[in-house]
Amino acid sequence: MIPPEGIGAARRGATGDPPRIDVPDLERSLKNVRTLFSALMSVVTVTASVVALYPLFSVLYLLIVRGGRRLGLSLFTELPPGAGMIGGGIGNAIVGTLVTVGLAAVLAVPFGILAAIYLAEYGDGSRVAGVVRFSAKVLTGMPSILTGVFAYAAVVVVTGSFSAVAGAVALSILVLPIVMLTAEEAIRMVPHKMKEAAIGMGATDTQTTLRVTLPTAMPAILTGVMLSLSRAMGETAPLLFTALFSDFWFEGGLGEPIATLAVLIYNFSGSPFDNQIDLAWAASLVLVAIVLVINLAGQALTKRPERR
Amino acid sequence: MSSAPPRAVTISRPPSAREIFVNRAFRGLTHVFAWATIVLLAYILFEIGSLAVPAMNEYGADFVTGTTWDANREEFGVLPEIMGTLYTSLIALVIGGALGVAVAIVLSQGFLPPVLEHLMKNIVELLAAIPSVVYGLWGIFVVIPTVRGPAEWLHEHLGFLPFFDTRLSGPGILPASLVLSIMVLPTVAAISREAMVAVPHKLREAAFGLGATRWETILGVVLPTASAGIFGAVVLAFGRALGETMALAMLVGNANVFGWSLFSPGNTLASLLANHFPEAGRVEVGALMYAALVLTAITLIVNVIGSLIMIRASSKMQGLR
Amino acid sequence: MVSATATATNGNGHENGVGDGVVIDCRIENLYYGDFHAVRDTHVPIRKGTITAFIGPSGCGKSTALRCVNRMNDLVRGFRFSGHVHFRGQDIYGRSIDPVAVRRSIGMVFQQPNPFAMSIYRNVAFGLRLNRFKGDVDEQVERALRGAALWDEVKDKLSASGLSLSGGQQQRLCIARAIATEPEVLLMDEPCSALDPIATRRIEELMLELKERFTIAIVTHNLQQAARVADWTGFMMVDTSRGGRTGYLVEFEETKKLFDEPAEDLTREYLQGEFS
Repeated sequence: MIPPEGIGAARRGATGDPPRIDVPDLERSLKNVRTLFSALMSVVTVTASVVALYPLFSVLYLLIVRGGRRLGLSLFTELPPGAGMIGGGIGNAIVGTLVTVGLAAVLAVPFGILAAIYLAEYGDGSRVAGVVRFSAKVLTGMPSILTGVFAYAAVVVVTGSFSAVAGAVALSILVLPIVMLTAEEAIRMVPHKMKEAAIGMGATDTQTTLRVTLPTAMPAILTGVMLSLSRAMGETAPLLFTALFSDFWFEGGLGEPIATLAVLIYNFSGSPFDNQIDLAWAASLVLVAIVLVINLAGQALTKRPERR
Repeated sequence: MSSAPPRAVTISRPPSAREIFVNRAFRGLTHVFAWATIVLLAYILFEIGSLAVPAMNEYGADFVTGTTWDANREEFGVLPEIMGTLYTSLIALVIGGALGVAVAIVLSQGFLPPVLEHLMKNIVELLAAIPSVVYGLWGIFVVIPTVRGPAEWLHEHLGFLPFFDTRLSGPGILPASLVLSIMVLPTVAAISREAMVAVPHKLREAAFGLGATRWETILGVVLPTASAGIFGAVVLAFGRALGETMALAMLVGNANVFGWSLFSPGNTLASLLANHFPEAGRVEVGALMYAALVLTAITLIVNVIGSLIMIRASSKMQGLR
Repeated sequence: MVSATATATNGNGHENGVGDGVVIDCRIENLYYGDFHAVRDTHVPIRKGTITAFIGPSGCGKSTALRCVNRMNDLVRGFRFSGHVHFRGQDIYGRSIDPVAVRRSIGMVFQQPNPFAMSIYRNVAFGLRLNRFKGDVDEQVERALRGAALWDEVKDKLSASGLSLSGGQQQRLCIARAIATEPEVLLMDEPCSALDPIATRRIEELMLELKERFTIAIVTHNLQQAARVADWTGFMMVDTSRGGRTGYLVEFEETKKLFDEPAEDLTREYLQGEFS
C-alpha cells in the first residue's frame, strides 16, 4: 500500500523546478479532491446506517427497562386492570393472541401448502398457476387493515358479533400468501432427481408429493410458516374491529370477542393511567419476545442440516 | 439369503383402485385450493366493493374531494385523509429510502468485515420484525418528546415556511412520518441490497481497474446498474407505507384536516378506518367501506407499478450476465 | 447362434415376447420432444435374464430410448411417440395402461445417485410401502441391501440419512431401493457415470449377480463396460443429415459379435475410434 519513500520525495523535491519525468504521487492524501469526496461519502453513509439502526436499540432498551418493571408472575396470571385500578396483568391477552393466531394458522397453512403444491408441481406452467401466483402477490401487498375490513364485512356483519373467528379470518388472509409463496419456493428447491426416483419406482403423483417432495421441503416450508405467524402475532389493525377486545379470560368461545396483546397495547397506549401504560410496555416486551423467538426458531429450522 | 426363495413377483403390483382414487382426489384438492386463492381475492374486492356501493351512489366523486367527516350529519369526504396518506408516506419514503439505500450500500460494497456485515443484516431484519403497534408506543413516548424541542426551534426561526408554520402540540405529521420511515427502511434496504449484490462483479472490477475510487465506482457503476431494482424497492416500500395503520393511528393526531405543516396533526385513510370502524353506525360503515375501496385502489396501483418495475429490473440484469 | 431378431432393422417381431424369452420388445418409430425429433427407427428386444446395453456417442438418444421403456418420458413436456413397447405382450403405451403400474414392474436406476432425504432403511423400504408389502419389511430390506452389496457397510447405521453415504454407496443404495420390490426389469441409465473406477467395478459385479434374478437394460458411454457386462448390445448414432440431431439404432447384436465383427461400417469406425 505505502509507496517507497523515494517517489513522494522526488515529487516534493521537484516542486521548485519542473520535473523532467512526471512521477505520479501514489500516496493517499486527503488533499486530493477525489479521495476527500470518497472519504466524506463513506462517513456520511456509515453515519446514516448507524442512525438507521438507532431506533432498534432504543426500542429494545425501552422494552427491557420499562417493560421489565412489570415482569412477574402476576403479569401472566391476572386480567387487565380497569381505569385507575392498580396491579393486574395481561394473561388473557397472551392466551388470546395464541388462540387467534393458532386459528389463523389452521385456516391458512393447509390452504397455502395445498395451493403451493399445485403451483410448483401439478399446475406448473399453466395459465391458472400464473393467475394464482399473481393473486397471492396482490394479497401480500394488501394493507393489513383491509383484511380487517373484509373480515368485518364477511364475518362480523354476517354473524352479528365481533369474534375470535373474525380476527383469525383477517389474520389468515395475511398469512396465506406468505405461506403459499414460500412453500412454492421450498417445493421447487427439492432436487428433480429425487422426484424422478419416486416416479421411476411407480409412485403416483400424490405419493411422490406426500412421501418425498413434502418431507424434503418441510423445513423450508415451516420456516415460511413461522415467519408469517410471527408477523401475524404483531398485527393490530386487522383485529381492531374483528376480534375487538375482551376483559375476560378465553373460555372456548370462538364466536365471542377475544383479547390480544396487540390490541391491548394499542388501547392502553393512549391511557392517562400510568398503571395501564406500564402494562402496555410489558405487553410489548412479551409480544416482541414471542415474535422474536418464533422468528429465530423458524430461521434455525432451515439452517440445520438434514435431520435423520 | 442365498437359498433363493420363490421369486416374489407378488411384491410389485399395479396401484390399487384406492391409490388411483386418492391420487385423483389429491390432485383435484390442490387444484381447488389454487383456484380458491383467486376466488378469495375476488371475494375480498367484491365484499368491500358491494358494501361501499350505497355510499358510492350517495356521495359519488364528492367523497374524494370532500373535506368533512361528520357521522352525525352524515357528511363524508376523505380528501384530507388522501392527502395525509400521500404526504406522510412521501416524507417517510424520502427519509427511510435514503437511510435504506445507505444501509444497502454499507451492506453490499465491502465497507464492513463479513462478520459485522452479517450481524448488521440480521439487525435490519429484526427492525422489520418489531410489530408496528410497538413502534407506535415507542413513537408516543420517545419520538414525540424528542422532536418537540427541535420543532419549537424550527417554528420560531423558520415559521415563515409552510412546513413549519404551526406548533407541534403532540401527535402530528412529523412524528408519524419519522416512525413510518423506520418501518419502510428494512424493505428498501433488503430489496436494494439484493439489486446491488446482483450487479456483476466484473463491472465493479472494470471501474476499479480504470482507477476509480470506491465512491466513483458506487455512484458511477453500481447504483446506475441497480437503479431499476432500487426504484422498485422504493415503490414497493411506498405501497407498504400507504397501507400502514397502527403507527399512524397512534401518532398522526387523527384530525380531519390537512396542512403542509409538518407539526400539524392530520389523518390517513388507514388510521381513519382504524379509529372509526369499531364504533361506526350503519351509514358510517358504508362510507368507511368506500374509504377502504379508495385505499385499495391506491395501494393496488402502486404495488402493480412496483412489481412491474421489479420484473423489468431483473430482466435488465439478466442481459448483463 | 444369431437369431433373426438380432438385427434391429429387419426386426420381424416376436410381438408377444414369448419366443426367445423376449420380455420387452421396444420399437421406437419416431420420438419427439416438442419440435425436436430425438429418436427414430430403433428396435430393441430385451431378453429375460440378460443384460442389454445401449452404447453410442453422447446425444444419440440412448437414454431417451431407455426412458421410453418405463414411460419416464411422460414427464417431459411435449413428448410424442410413435411405435410400441411391448411388455409381456401388452403395449405399455396402450390407452388403458397406467404408467404408474408400468413403473412398478420396470424399475429404474438413474445417472445421478438420487437417494431420498430420509434414512437408509426408509429409502429401501420406500417401494415396499408403496406396494403395501405384507411380508417382513426388515427382512426384505436386508435382502435388497445384500443384493446391492451394501449390507455390510450400512448394517450398523440403517437410520442414518441416505445422503450421508459416499457417491458409490448412494448409487448402490439406489439399486437396493430399486430391487427391493423385485421388479421384473431393471433399467439403468449410465449408473456409473458419476462414480470412480472402484465404485464402478463394484456396480458392474453387482449387475452380473443381479441378472440371475432380473432382466437388465443399461445405457453406458463406457464401451469397455458394455463389453464386460452386456450379453446384447445396441449401437446408436446421431443423424444430422436432415438438419436436426436425431438418434437411431445402427446395429443390435450379441455383444461379442458386435465388438469383434460388427456388420456395419459405422459401428466399426466408432469402436475403433473409441478404443484406440
